[in-house]
Amino acid sequence: MPDVSETELPGLGVRHEFTTDSGERVGVISRKGGRRELVVYDRNDPDVCRTVMHLSVDDTRTMAELLGATRISEVLTTVQQQIEGLTIDWIRLPAASTIVGRTIADGRIRTRTGVSIVAVLRDTETFPAPEPDFELSAGDVAVVVGTSDGVEALRTLLTA
Amino acid sequence: MTLLLAAVGSDIATAFVEIGFLALVLSGLSRLADKLGITAVPFFLLAGLGLGNGGVLDLGVSEDFITLGAEIGVLMLLLTLGLEYTSHELRAGLRTGLTPGLADAALNFTPGFGAGLLLGFSVPASTLLGGVTWISSSGVVSKVLTDLDRLGYRETPSVLNLLVIEDLAMAVYLPVIAAVIVGDDLWNTAITVAIALATVVFVLWLAMVWGHHLSRGLARASNEGLLLAVFGLTLLVGGLAQRLQISAAIGAFLVGLALSGPAQERASALVEPLRDLFAAIFFLFFSFQIAPADLPGVAVPAVLLTMVTILTKVGSGWMGARRAGVGVRGRVRAGTALIARGEFSIVIASLGVALADGAELGSLAAAYVLLTALVGPLAAKNADGLSRRFFERPRRPAPEVGTR
Repeated sequence: MPDVSETELPGLGVRHEFTTDSGERVGVISRKGGRRELVVYDRNDPDVCRTVMHLSVDDTRTMAELLGATRISEVLTTVQQQIEGLTIDWIRLPAASTIVGRTIADGRIRTRTGVSIVAVLRDTETFPAPEPDFELSAGDVAVVVGTSDGVEALRTLLTA
Repeated sequence: MTLLLAAVGSDIATAFVEIGFLALVLSGLSRLADKLGITAVPFFLLAGLGLGNGGVLDLGVSEDFITLGAEIGVLMLLLTLGLEYTSHELRAGLRTGLTPGLADAALNFTPGFGAGLLLGFSVPASTLLGGVTWISSSGVVSKVLTDLDRLGYRETPSVLNLLVIEDLAMAVYLPVIAAVIVGDDLWNTAITVAIALATVVFVLWLAMVWGHHLSRGLARASNEGLLLAVFGLTLLVGGLAQRLQISAAIGAFLVGLALSGPAQERASALVEPLRDLFAAIFFLFFSFQIAPADLPGVAVPAVLLTMVTILTKVGSGWMGARRAGVGVRGRVRAGTALIARGEFSIVIASLGVALADGAELGSLAAAYVLLTALVGPLAAKNADGLSRRFFERPRRPAPEVGTR
């Protein structure tokens, strides 16, 4: 990450700015009360802004989501890299799986592989932190966390 | 109480009609000022001149209300000023802005003070006039910078820091000048000044160190509870400060400073409408006391003083921006943004009403604020054009010199 410098604007808010990889100087002014301004400095005259964009509180959220969408998987990747040996994976349950129609406890998943199911994605729904009595069905996507060996073992178990 | 007792029966009806009419006039002027993109203060002053003593209208019944409302208006102005800054911002401002702040004071106080002496004012009145020319209007300046989309510009922090210093300087200047005005001989004055300064330092320390306890207690209150608490505290502390001859305004300023965190943010939003209402009454009341017939007499000094202090203000803005490593255009932008004087110049001038030369000081201050508040925003808007005209030689027929 490049250096982000912070400047107080007494009575009005605070300004953060940094230089992008392409050499563009960009700043975000956070006003008191939550409004933001996005500014891009002029390349010829670094004292002035070439572009000023006013964002309401809602706009800021939308903008952050648009800009942040790719960052979430990036963050997950770094978490995975930082905690050595930890693997996060997505496993889809085929209709032929022996676990379909049974609960997580029935499958004795944790005891057999040491891997936790942290969430289940079903169609458009998400079930975060499912209970042991959660019943799995065909087509579910299990989000699992564990050692890479354990995750591989679980994958063969669930898809077999 | 006297107001309630006096205003019974048909009197109260007259008072309602008078106050209602005035409020509507001010509302129209405020909209006009908004359309023109400048502060409403000069328009309110003009309205007061036109309607007050010797003007078109003579207000009788509502005078008590307007007098008291004007006093509350000053407190509200100072309260919101104190609320504007966190103690962190104040400390940071003091650390980085002391040198430009002192230069600003020297450059802009001196012309007013000197002009006062030249016009034959007493020393207290001249000191007040120095204050009038010294303090830029933080309201107008931040509005101008926001409207012109200049918050991101490199020179902006230096401009805002200068405002912080000026506003902090008010915390010292106001009690000192209040003591000087009431003091009769040198020794007594010196004692009152010392007491006033010690009290301010003590209360300031109290606000900085213990303010967050007060804020935490108030943060839990409902909007109604918070508004009443802040309003009550302001009047109470203001009143006590006045008793100690420190000037009520500074008490209100310190109450604003003492609040921090969520309580501060909520209180600023809640107090703003109150401030707008009572400050409008204050500006009106101030100019009611000016006889329109006096204005032509102060026109020449006002214009000269405006011309000189435009240059000195541009000078202090220039210096501040240069310290921040900003180029010539930015320095001119910083200087012109600071030209406008406004609410606090009027507050300062109003302290002198009781003085022998108070009336003349009042008219001069009103004319002066009128001029700078009109010229300032215009100059700020066209700052780059001014730099090209005065500070840059046409080196080459670059495209930017042409049509932009």
